[in-house]
Amino acid sequence: MSNTLGATVIGRSRLGKPQAGDAASAASPAPRKRRGRGRLRLEIALLSGPAIIIFVGLVIFPVVLAAYYGFYRWQGYGVPTDWVGLKNYQLILTDPDFHQVLLHNGLIVVLSLVLQGPLAILLALLLNQKIRGRSMIRVLIFVPFIISEVIVGTGWSLLLQTTGAVNDALHHIGLGFLAADWLADPNRALWSLMGIITWKYIGFAVILMLAGLQSIPDELGEAARIDGASYWQVQRHIMLPLLGPTIRIWAFLSIIGSLQLFDLVYIIWGQYISSTAGTSTMATYMVHNGRDAGNYGYGNAVAVVMFLVSLIVALTYQRLILRRDMRGAVTQGVT
Amino acid sequence: MSATTASARLAPARSARRRDKPQKWGNPFVYLVALLLISGSLAPVVYIVLGGFRTNSQITTSPAGLPNPWVSSHYIDVLNSVTFWGEFGNSTIVATVSTIGVVLLGVMVSYVIARYDFKLKGAMYSLFAAGLMFPLVIAITPLYIVIKDLGLVDNLLGVAIPQIAFGLPTTVIILVPFLRAIPKDIEEAAAIDGASRLGFFFRMAVPLSLPGVVTVAILAFIGSWNNFVLPLYVLNSQANYTLPLGVQQFASQYSTDTARVLAFTSLSMLPALLFFAVFQRRIVGGLTGAVKG
Repeated sequence: MSNTLGATVIGRSRLGKPQAGDAASAASPAPRKRRGRGRLRLEIALLSGPAIIIFVGLVIFPVVLAAYYGFYRWQGYGVPTDWVGLKNYQLILTDPDFHQVLLHNGLIVVLSLVLQGPLAILLALLLNQKIRGRSMIRVLIFVPFIISEVIVGTGWSLLLQTTGAVNDALHHIGLGFLAADWLADPNRALWSLMGIITWKYIGFAVILMLAGLQSIPDELGEAARIDGASYWQVQRHIMLPLLGPTIRIWAFLSIIGSLQLFDLVYIIWGQYISSTAGTSTMATYMVHNGRDAGNYGYGNAVAVVMFLVSLIVALTYQRLILRRDMRGAVTQGVT
Repeated sequence: MSATTASARLAPARSARRRDKPQKWGNPFVYLVALLLISGSLAPVVYIVLGGFRTNSQITTSPAGLPNPWVSSHYIDVLNSVTFWGEFGNSTIVATVSTIGVVLLGVMVSYVIARYDFKLKGAMYSLFAAGLMFPLVIAITPLYIVIKDLGLVDNLLGVAIPQIAFGLPTTVIILVPFLRAIPKDIEEAAAIDGASRLGFFFRMAVPLSLPGVVTVAILAFIGSWNNFVLPLYVLNSQANYTLPLGVQQFASQYSTDTARVLAFTSLSMLPALLFFAVFQRRIVGGLTGAVKG
């Protein structure tokens, strides 16, 4: 039934000029609703089918698959046979290395919010003024965000070598005592990483905040100014609260990004050095212990743990903080 | 709420602002901060580009210095190498296929979510919105298994197709408000003129939401151009490497030849930067829409 219907629909839409009956039904919506229900369903299926198939197949299904493979010791070839139950998960949760990466990821999440958030808000408030070249400024501070993490990592690892340009520049301007082993020193490496992350993502945060600020009507600030509020009072009591939704969405994106941090660490430190330098993350742990070790069962179990960690964090954040902005958009659908 | 109305509102606001009194006390300070911010953002990029024009001995004796004299041989070497152009070609193919795929599938499904009325509409939106929470890196190990089962390992499509899937959530989130913002009147007028819903989709909805479509396309292209973890898993042979893999490989292969690595690195970031320079207005505008949507 649906096949013949499909043929007519395709035939009709190809014709371009619909037949008289079709035009009549289109003009009055009520009969179209009755006659066109099958056609409506078909259109929905045709238009949304490909996206849903590819999305479910390559985004949702792998996660389900990971849960299955996570119960096996498996090299990644053929059908897994060596069922080990919860042993992989037990190993992960008792592995001191994994505790380390959880700690690092946690620190990266918190430090990203603390370092970038206030800085981005301050910069956006400053730049949200009538100044010349504002669009140029916006473009230039966005450049680090556009460059791939591989290139950022390659460039910064050369800059931050003990014999690199950063130490050299510090010597030149008389701050030689600040020169350090930025990448290998466990007391510094995480801070170097945070510096690089801030450098790469602050432009994105500022642009987002600026976009948020520009949607606030000018009249609000002007009215407050007429009532005698100072510049900073306007920023603090009018702009900042109205920027709230933007800040909360930015924080969400930042948290998810911090939890999946991989490229930068992998490029700059590699797995071995990243554990001793204290910059390893869940993702580098997964790649190292799964792919590099050829133990895909274990790697999949790590993926499941990462997935659950992200899910819990995302849902908690959404429940507690984003709810009033998105009205449940992520979990409850379109409002 | 909708991105198009937002950008329409922005234009008059901006011109109204221009008519205000131009100077304020904060101005010099603001310029100073902006200058510091810009130089901080660009310094490492400039270092990479200029480093390619130096010799290794220049870099060793004065790591933070300028090229003196300027040497272009590293850039010429890279531009003459088969490796660079091969990887450049692979990156271009993958990015093009991903972008077309994301835009095509994304527009179609967003149109359904934005303008059709049916029971599962909310669930469909939630499905894609939830995808935002699970980026590629988290799913990469099981995803690799699926790609392997599909026989797409060491195949450029094995990178492009998953990128389409993982690009869909952002696309849907950005496009749905654009498509929903098209007034119902236009659709009714088109229906009276004899356009079917699908005809309306192709002839009216897609052209009218073009700003959103372009934004989505740019994000997909740059995302694909910069992707590292997926090619790292999927592509084994060097002939199939994309540029990020190539940069990593080149950097470890010529780790002592810093200047050459810098030349290779700066040439491989150029396309994404050019792409951004051409379309920057769209990206910033699209982000505005996404935030408000």
